[in-house]
Amino acid sequence: MAGLATALGSGAMSNSINEIGGAKTILAIGTNTTQAHPVIALEVKKAARNGTNLIVVNPKKIDLCRHATMHIQQRPGTDVSLLMGMLRTIVDEGLADTDFIEKHCDNYDEFIASLAEFDLDSVEKITGVPKGQITKAARMYASNGPASILYCMGITQHSHGTDNVWAISNLALVTGNIGKKSTGVNPLRGQNNVQGSCDMGALPEFYTGYQKVDNPESQKKFEAAWGVNLSPKVGLTHAEIFDRIYDDKIKSLYLVGENPVLSEVDANHAIAAMEKLNFLVVQDIFLTETAEMADVVLPAATFAEKDGTFVNTERRVQRVRQAIAPAGDSKADWKIVCEIAKTMGASGFDFSDPQEIMKEIVSVTPSYGGITYERIEEVGLQWPCPDKDHPGTPTLHTERFATANGKAKLIALSFRDSAELPDEEYPLMLTTDRSLFHYHTGSMTRRVDGLDQLHSEELLKINPEDAAALGIVEDEMVQISSRRGQTTVKTKFTGICPPGLVSMTFHFAESPVNVLTNAALDPVAKIPETKVCAVRVEKIS
Amino acid sequence: MNEVTITIDGLQITAKEGTTVLQAALDNGLYIPSLCNHPDLVPAGLCRVCIVKMDDWKIAISCKLPVKEGMVISTEDPEVQQIRKNTVELLIANHPMTCLTCESDSNCELQRVAHYVGITPDSLKRYRRSVRSIPMDTSNPFFDIDPSKCIMCGICVRTCDELQNINAIDYGLRGVASIITTLGNKPIADSRCESCGECVVRCPVAALAPKDTLQPMREVKSVCTYCGVGCGVLLGVRGDKIVGVRGDKENPVNRGSLCVKGRYGYKFINHPDRLKTPLVRKDGKLVEATWEEAMNRIEAKFSQHKGEQFAALASARITNEDNYLIQKFTRAVMGTNNIDHCARL
Repeated sequence: MAGLATALGSGAMSNSINEIGGAKTILAIGTNTTQAHPVIALEVKKAARNGTNLIVVNPKKIDLCRHATMHIQQRPGTDVSLLMGMLRTIVDEGLADTDFIEKHCDNYDEFIASLAEFDLDSVEKITGVPKGQITKAARMYASNGPASILYCMGITQHSHGTDNVWAISNLALVTGNIGKKSTGVNPLRGQNNVQGSCDMGALPEFYTGYQKVDNPESQKKFEAAWGVNLSPKVGLTHAEIFDRIYDDKIKSLYLVGENPVLSEVDANHAIAAMEKLNFLVVQDIFLTETAEMADVVLPAATFAEKDGTFVNTERRVQRVRQAIAPAGDSKADWKIVCEIAKTMGASGFDFSDPQEIMKEIVSVTPSYGGITYERIEEVGLQWPCPDKDHPGTPTLHTERFATANGKAKLIALSFRDSAELPDEEYPLMLTTDRSLFHYHTGSMTRRVDGLDQLHSEELLKINPEDAAALGIVEDEMVQISSRRGQTTVKTKFTGICPPGLVSMTFHFAESPVNVLTNAALDPVAKIPETKVCAVRVEKIS
Repeated sequence: MNEVTITIDGLQITAKEGTTVLQAALDNGLYIPSLCNHPDLVPAGLCRVCIVKMDDWKIAISCKLPVKEGMVISTEDPEVQQIRKNTVELLIANHPMTCLTCESDSNCELQRVAHYVGITPDSLKRYRRSVRSIPMDTSNPFFDIDPSKCIMCGICVRTCDELQNINAIDYGLRGVASIITTLGNKPIADSRCESCGECVVRCPVAALAPKDTLQPMREVKSVCTYCGVGCGVLLGVRGDKIVGVRGDKENPVNRGSLCVKGRYGYKFINHPDRLKTPLVRKDGKLVEATWEEAMNRIEAKFSQHKGEQFAALASARITNEDNYLIQKFTRAVMGTNNIDHCARL
């Protein structure tokens, strides 16, 4: 998100889901769409069936490859090199949209200079992708517009995730594939309301609507709206919070609807940190592995037990409605927060229903200015929606970019490898993925018997070649370890993973993959590198 | 697109050029019986029930017949009636007669068509021998497959192909033994089926039927709680429980489609493991407490740890309104910007 905001002025999906079908070329990179976003995958598969070129870029032979025009199987963590190699071809062969670049892009010369590093021989060597495939993909994407790029955590969860995102925005900008229908740079957001949480300012550097906390004007505005003094100091990110807890600097943590014992990268570190906390409050619908560590556990209502709004990946604000009463004495999260605030003597938390809260949100958030519960009663609206008469914005950047001067920025890049690569001690590369049948740490889906039946245990996906070298058989329980931890897991032989690469999901508490993953952070977005780390797989003696 | 005028049973109707006679009739509120037609799918012309007679005395299947200016169609010509009835009689000849306990009772296209074409006990006698008896496939946790009830309309096969592009099922075996099955005639759970249930919701009979058959007493329009696609759902409610989920056709995001989690992953809501009261740690153990007790503990600690000693992690799972208040609380009450959530995971 931080990366896109720098390049384009907005960190969200630029185009809409129903525009995917209109693309002549779709580049799906770092997204296992059929597993993680199945209903968007329907649009992609339908488009491919109707003749759209589908370029799948993924180190693994994912299900979407069955529908692809071409599959580029790069070495994990080399996306910058691959994409810049494609850009080199596009520029060298005169396929760039020079009019668009001139009118709408800054920093062209610096960007062009940075391409020098990416001659195709070097790119082939770094990525493991034959030159011919790189040029073919470059020509396909650049010459068959409108072209749309879809990406997901396979791009962002790297220690150079922001560079990956910039390489993607470069590709769209240089070919003018942005600001028009069925083009764009489209990050597929993973969770139901991850877009909304960002919009609402559940981020250390932003108030709602991406208004910066260190901008004196925003600070003044929120101080006036809330009637308090506010801190201009940017707060800590997720990973930094756990580090600061570990250093005994943070004493109290209020944790809502999250299960870091399983989801946090280098989970052992997060657990050790939480053990040091003076006071941990966990608010959730189940007694998760993390809630078991808490000093106070607050029972929350599920989405079916409360009113409110979610924002989907295409920035559409949609109504969530209460269908049944909250279980037992559980309460909607907003009610709980109000109670805590009021117990602490704070004012500004007297809301009788979520609609009142939305009115306050709208009053301080320009991009939500025209959103009311009445307007989204039937169909949700896509922000920016600045006023009551605005129809919402399905496609971003149609006239100008949301940057200070209205221009997008091309970014000069150089290739950096992943923070931890296989070596003699840890010879295999581990990447993480998701299962169609489960969701995050499984606290919900593993309690649905049928889903747990369809996918009942963690399976380490490993190429038969690697398995043979290790002398293991299919379904055997093996030990997998990294520099940070170890766990046991059952093996599944599959050609989905090329030799040298193994893969696990993070849905199963019995085989917690995040004790293995590497917490190396992207310097800008502070996203940890869950997609690449070095591991060793061994027989259990 | 140009409009054309056609006449069906003496009634003039207008239709868009390029549509079929069947679609034009249905759009104008005229019923022509059919079994293999589905508005989401390309017409297949398999069941032969939608036949009509054209003014040149030719019989045609209306689902494959494009409208043409001045076309004159009869749906009640004696020859049409005769052939159509015969076709339906053959389809019912070995169909189970367990309608009252059938999942699709009163929501069954075969029932509707049989009534319309005038099937009577007498007319059935000609063909009826024994019920086709093929073992059910109950391997999927969410739905059952009962080939004995299958009328081979192929709507499931085409749904899996045209809409889902998964191709888990197809026609298998030969002649009278033909069934819809998976590659190698294996149980559906061992196939590439993704359990999305799109075929189940489209099956015109109960050859594909959900295992949970409790009908909701009301439905509530909402949004799915799983991934970021944000599919519109209708939550089926009975008493204080969610008993089913349907895709919302009015929602522009998914237009009715759902995946396996969205359609079938709702049982966590009423799960006995749900937290129903606050818990506080006493002598090292979490024990049940009142809200007041929990709030007092929180107030005591949070007021000691204002500013840099405090952090909050909100959630990508909860609503905007929830998130807004958590960041407001962190900033305005606790005096710090140490607020983040799991967006990066």
